[in-house]
Amino acid sequence: MERRNQTDTITAAAKTDIKVSMFATCIGDAVYPRIAEAMARLLARVGVRLEFPQGQTCCGQPAFNSGYWEEARRSAATLLEAFADSDFVIGPSGSCIGMIHHYPKLFEHDPVRLAMAEELKAKSYEFTQFLVQVLGITDLGAAFPHKVTYHPSCHGSRLLGIQEEPMALLQNVKGLELVPLPFAEDCCGFGGTFAVKMADISGAMVTEKADHVLETSAEVLTGLDMACLMNIAGQLRYRRQPVRVMHLAELLYEGVSGA
Amino acid sequence: MRTVKERAELALNNEFLRKAVRFTTERLRDGKRKASEDHGNWEEWRERGRQIRLHTIAHLDYYLNRFAEQARANGAHVHFAETGAEAVKIALEIAAHKAARSVVKSKSMVSEELHINRALEEAGIEAVETDLGEYIIQLAGEAPSHIIIPAIHKNRHQIAELLSREAGEELPPETSVLAGFVRRKLREKFLSADIGMTGCNFAIAETGSIVLFENEGNARMVSTVPKTQITFMGMERIIPSWSDLEVMATLLPRSATGQKLTVYMSGITGPRRTADGDGPEEMHIIILDNGRSEQLGDPEFQELLNCIRCGACLNACPVYRHIGGHAYGGTYSGPIGAVLTPALNKNVAEWDDIASASSLCGACYEACPVKIPLHDMLVYLRRRKVEQGYGNKLETAGMKGFAAVTASSKRFHRALKAGRVVQRLVVRNGEIPARIGPLKGWNKYRVAPSLANQPFRERWDTLQHELRASAALTVTAQAAQERMKAALNRRAAKVEGREAADRTQRSAGDHAGPAFVRKEGQTYDG
Repeated sequence: MERRNQTDTITAAAKTDIKVSMFATCIGDAVYPRIAEAMARLLARVGVRLEFPQGQTCCGQPAFNSGYWEEARRSAATLLEAFADSDFVIGPSGSCIGMIHHYPKLFEHDPVRLAMAEELKAKSYEFTQFLVQVLGITDLGAAFPHKVTYHPSCHGSRLLGIQEEPMALLQNVKGLELVPLPFAEDCCGFGGTFAVKMADISGAMVTEKADHVLETSAEVLTGLDMACLMNIAGQLRYRRQPVRVMHLAELLYEGVSGA
Repeated sequence: MRTVKERAELALNNEFLRKAVRFTTERLRDGKRKASEDHGNWEEWRERGRQIRLHTIAHLDYYLNRFAEQARANGAHVHFAETGAEAVKIALEIAAHKAARSVVKSKSMVSEELHINRALEEAGIEAVETDLGEYIIQLAGEAPSHIIIPAIHKNRHQIAELLSREAGEELPPETSVLAGFVRRKLREKFLSADIGMTGCNFAIAETGSIVLFENEGNARMVSTVPKTQITFMGMERIIPSWSDLEVMATLLPRSATGQKLTVYMSGITGPRRTADGDGPEEMHIIILDNGRSEQLGDPEFQELLNCIRCGACLNACPVYRHIGGHAYGGTYSGPIGAVLTPALNKNVAEWDDIASASSLCGACYEACPVKIPLHDMLVYLRRRKVEQGYGNKLETAGMKGFAAVTASSKRFHRALKAGRVVQRLVVRNGEIPARIGPLKGWNKYRVAPSLANQPFRERWDTLQHELRASAALTVTAQAAQERMKAALNRRAAKVEGREAADRTQRSAGDHAGPAFVRKEGQTYDG
């Protein structure tokens, strides 16, 4: 099985047409299609033609994290199938891509899917990881003359180690004033079903996160994970605070298209 | 017993507690950050610490025997206790044999696990905690709410009130006055105690010694003044040698308080010898299992025994920050407690929902000086509960529904379409503010977004045509192609390299170390 994967990869490198697939994530698909769209448009500008395999649904993280692994496997299997012949899989979420890193554990007792899981893990990238690590791009020529603060989502920054990539991209945006977020590394309190099951603890966490965002007096809060941003934005809206919350892909696209 | 939610609610409504916990955990984590940065090679030492712990726990039977042999050769009495009750029984028998009337104790989490103070009081023996924080919570009749700062949840004024009651006069809330009172009070207790009880930070197998880290000197007093010493030790406290202690002594104080070293670090090898000026005439070491050996051989939880009880995960944890330690409901709190409490108790039916009180942010793993993947273990605990049929009924039904919808993209798409119709009843200006169904808790603090009118999968066709029509310059596209090809080649080389490494490891046999040892620089999931 390992041998076959390796041969596949080498063949892929030899062919001229590399298949790059978008993993929109379920939230990106259902709630925030504008972010998946911004990512597709940005990548098109830098010469990457994306595909969107329609078979994808959700990475299965809600079930996995809650301990329902059988249910998580059913959801995860759609990704294994949908991206089976992709060379690169790119998603606008460190957390959902991080979930793919759990697939080898999730499928440890299923040899066929385990091999697919290992392969998918190796070819999956969070959006800024792909831009910076693969394409070597840190300057998109964007301009965004606003005061911006950045929340480093836990799974992306801690578990995938994505720290420098977004910083490099933000620092190269013309006119953008980046203000540090106090206690930036503290979780926003989302945690998937945690926010529903332990609503009051989660509520205390997101309230404090929003306090810190407001302390910066930034006009815009950005990040790499729409689930966390949805959480913080929801609390800011609840408090009727006008801070604009944008995924970094959205911010960069707005910056290059002069919207 | 109260549920996790109820206990957390008590804490969330206690502004004093939250302020005190925030204040101290911030100070501790800043201290740790600075100490590890100043150290310079923190990650290398962290990895070394992890390797020492992995090795010791993998050969725990050998090292425990070696430790017991050496300790006995030094003249100490070594007892093994399978359960907490057994350890208490052994300690009470020693106390009865000595006709002890009073005991002084230095800080020991294992003794908290045994509830030894209650047992001693019931046997008519006075037990006095001599660590300042422990003394305070003993006066308050509470349990410690932090592994190293037991009274973290109390502020100066609350402490002054407690100590004033003990002093029979009003003491001002000034640290020097309060500490001065406790010092005088405890001095009498040290001098009159029949037995000194200590914990054990590390046990050195090669010489049968125990090592204590402390800042107040009280553990020195407890282990030198009374005629009899009883040391409680978790069976996993072992390290092989004194040179391994160097690594632990680098990691523990820095991780715990940001100190380079604690004020006192005592190595105790057996009872007083003829030439010694002080020390106990008799020394007993009670080694406690109490569920620890259940973790041995369990690939998902064995690393739990690597813990050196520094408390760094508590200080880093954003949940602990808001609810403090008592909400965890066990002797050990914070992320380590949320895993340890259920793991030590094999009976899943008795687990409460403490493993659910985490957003799985991984701050605990990042802070841990021996890299225990607590955030993964929390998920394993949740899974074991579900697998054994103790999952919440509503949640189980919800997850079955989730799987039914997400297992097929056609059903997923249909569900999105249906959701769009149904949500019309509750959407206001593109948002859902109503506190209904699963949004009840969410919307208590937030406004939920609505489903998009057109999901991405429906937009894709149009967008794809538009993007193809406005394709990037050929030269840009070629550059991207080259970059991606290079990445694919790197990936192929990596697969090749890994396979070669696997072949080497296989031919090296079983002595290459435990299979689950993570290599330097790898992310948490290998």
